[in-house]
Amino acid sequence: MEQRPVNWGRPRDDIYGAYDHNIHNAAKMPTVHTQQPIVTGTSVIAVKFDKGVMMAADNLASYGSLARFTDQERLIPVGKDTVVGVSGDISDLQYVERLLEQLEIEENYDNDGHELKSSNIFEYLSRVFYQRRSKMDPLWNAVIVAGVEDGKPFLSYVDLLGVTYSSPTLATGFGAYLAVPLLRQVVDKEGDEDNLTEEDARKLIDKCMKVLFYRDARSIDKYSVATITSEGAKLEKNVKCVEMNWRFAEDIKGYGRTVA
Amino acid sequence: MFRNSYDNDSVTYSPTGRLFQVEYALEAIKQGSAAIGLVSKTHAVLVALKRNSEELGSYQKKLIRVDDHLGVALAGLAPDARVLTNFLRTQAMSSKLVYNRPIPVSRAVSSIADKAQANTQEYGKRPYGVGLLVVGYDATGPHLYEFLPSGSSLEYVATSIGARSQAARTYLEKNFDNFGSSTLDELIVHGITALRDTLAQDKELNSKNTSIAVVGIDTKFQLYDDDDVVPWLSKLDTLSRASGAIPTEESTEAEQPETTETTETTETAETTEAADASEAAPAADDSMDTTE
Amino acid sequence: MSLQEALPDSALHSTASSVPIEHRFNPYSDNGGTILGIAGKDFAVLAGDTRNTTGYSINSRYEPKVFHVGDNVVVSANGFAADGNVLVKRLGQQIQWYHYNHNKELKLSSCARLVQHMLYGKRFFPYYVHTILAGLDEDGKGAIYSFDPVGSYEREQCRAGGAAASLIMPFLDNQVNFKNQMDPATNGTEPHPITYLSLEEVLQLVKDAFSSATERHIQVGDGLEILIVTKDGVRTEYSPLKRD
Repeated sequence: MEQRPVNWGRPRDDIYGAYDHNIHNAAKMPTVHTQQPIVTGTSVIAVKFDKGVMMAADNLASYGSLARFTDQERLIPVGKDTVVGVSGDISDLQYVERLLEQLEIEENYDNDGHELKSSNIFEYLSRVFYQRRSKMDPLWNAVIVAGVEDGKPFLSYVDLLGVTYSSPTLATGFGAYLAVPLLRQVVDKEGDEDNLTEEDARKLIDKCMKVLFYRDARSIDKYSVATITSEGAKLEKNVKCVEMNWRFAEDIKGYGRTVA
Repeated sequence: MFRNSYDNDSVTYSPTGRLFQVEYALEAIKQGSAAIGLVSKTHAVLVALKRNSEELGSYQKKLIRVDDHLGVALAGLAPDARVLTNFLRTQAMSSKLVYNRPIPVSRAVSSIADKAQANTQEYGKRPYGVGLLVVGYDATGPHLYEFLPSGSSLEYVATSIGARSQAARTYLEKNFDNFGSSTLDELIVHGITALRDTLAQDKELNSKNTSIAVVGIDTKFQLYDDDDVVPWLSKLDTLSRASGAIPTEESTEAEQPETTETTETTETAETTEAADASEAAPAADDSMDTTE
Repeated sequence: MSLQEALPDSALHSTASSVPIEHRFNPYSDNGGTILGIAGKDFAVLAGDTRNTTGYSINSRYEPKVFHVGDNVVVSANGFAADGNVLVKRLGQQIQWYHYNHNKELKLSSCARLVQHMLYGKRFFPYYVHTILAGLDEDGKGAIYSFDPVGSYEREQCRAGGAAASLIMPFLDNQVNFKNQMDPATNGTEPHPITYLSLEEVLQLVKDAFSSATERHIQVGDGLEILIVTKDGVRTEYSPLKRD
């Protein structure tokens, strides 16, 4: 029986030769940080309207170019009048989801009538994102916080760098190029949202999600729409892109029947 | 001579379940001059009596701002209050930084109550020798809390702490029905009327010894001292004394506050010990110049 | 013929195979925008456009970046917006603590020294911002302090910072400090004497500087917010800029 614990579980010297103690003394693995996102969600888009905010994100979680998971919910309700939309790394999304859940639970411990408003949740998230980027260990996401606060719509953005801004129309990722121009045709500056009804906002969101599905290769035609008014947040799931027309594809060289 | 063997530290119970060090700390509050807090539906008010240790000395601060929506009045060891308010200020700032929200009053109070409680359960610690009245205005309206070294914190419509504060409480108990609907000015006058009842017979409220602070809806925490308190002092009912604005036949009752309190503490079996503790108190009056 | 066909095989692959591409997280970005501060006899202004960008995208058309941090001090930290916001927020809280500890207003010169320490404190992971401080000095005169990202600073009569600083600064040298201007009264033989500009003149100068910068710089535009500091306090003026 080997009496010295240090030798337990090691190859026997008499069979394999003397043990190389450099193996035992090897430095531990360095601390590793996220260097790139792995499984990702694409754009989140949002727009203010006269009585609230509307936000949408599709249900796809991509693994590179592979459409890996097709029912990933990326709109997270927090409290009764805030929804957080997350794009980027899905594991970081799930971490953020847990943070927000914890935040909500601890807010309710005291049961003293206080509740977190959208701007409180947003400030908290932006601190978390900025602190993680400052540790060079970012949460690889771009997030939109949408809600209604004191009867007024609230809409703000924060990303992996801790950069924040707010605007009556917001979008992350490809949405910034494809959806924002469409949204700004209707709501360009603060105050324009007063002329947009919930019904029209809903149609606008559908239009943007359809364009995103046409042109963003990492998107899917199934998405969720969150509508937040002073009555609370409503989450519509499994909305499908309708009245799509792919006839134009036939005319694209090398894609459809057109070869030369 | 009798010697209490259960008061050498704050963590040992007496056989009857009392923590003497904590009770002594509560006594320290009574050494300080009175502070009063009251709330209406829209505002919270603090008033306090300032003392100067000698004729040529300055008056000690009794009211401290913590944030735009939060402030405290103290009675007891002023240095302990300073430490606690500085802690409250860090809490208030971190609430602004992390949540972009003025700290809810109840949570501000719990944060110092937790610190106070730890001092009653950890060996080698000394309970805070100060009581605080914390007022603030947050998303759920105006609030008044009483903080004690025992770690307890209770919300009040109106209350008072410090020397002869029972007299003020008597006034508050008689008049609190009117506080809810009071205007800010009326609330302040109620406050200083109650404060006047804590004075010794030969003393009067004046611009030097009166401190007032207000906070409320659309009103940031604001301190008033010296000449700024004169407008309210001039509104004091000059006739009634000890009975307050409402004339009453029971006015003599309020003038014997110490008796009431002593009976409260001596209710338990250990009469001798309790008497010992409260007797020691007045003797300390002059030596503890940090007590306000 | 496509690009691939036109290039020799080695041109495409040689660099890629011999040198590994360093791919690591870059904690900074540039959010554009520009700021401008001018001091007058008894006032100071600090102006900034309200556009926020990354790359070619306009993130927001109204995202203020000039702030009043208390004690008649206005400040803006232009560059990487996340750092800028954190710096301004920290400064505001530091000023609060100064009040708690000393029970008096913080002098502008002391505030400037404080900002230097806050910036230099992150010398090895800097706040990526050009900071400008505006207010009144102890004599009630307008004052502008400008800082580099790691805290070196000086007091100036005027300073432009951010994306279009290089477009605006020469204009300011000429119009505020009368550089390369001769005095018309001497028939152009003597340099123009240094005189204070009135608030009206300064505001017009600021608006001209920003509308010109908007024409020539893609990251500047949408709106102009001017914070004006006088002995009576701080007030804000907003005027639109071109949104293209």
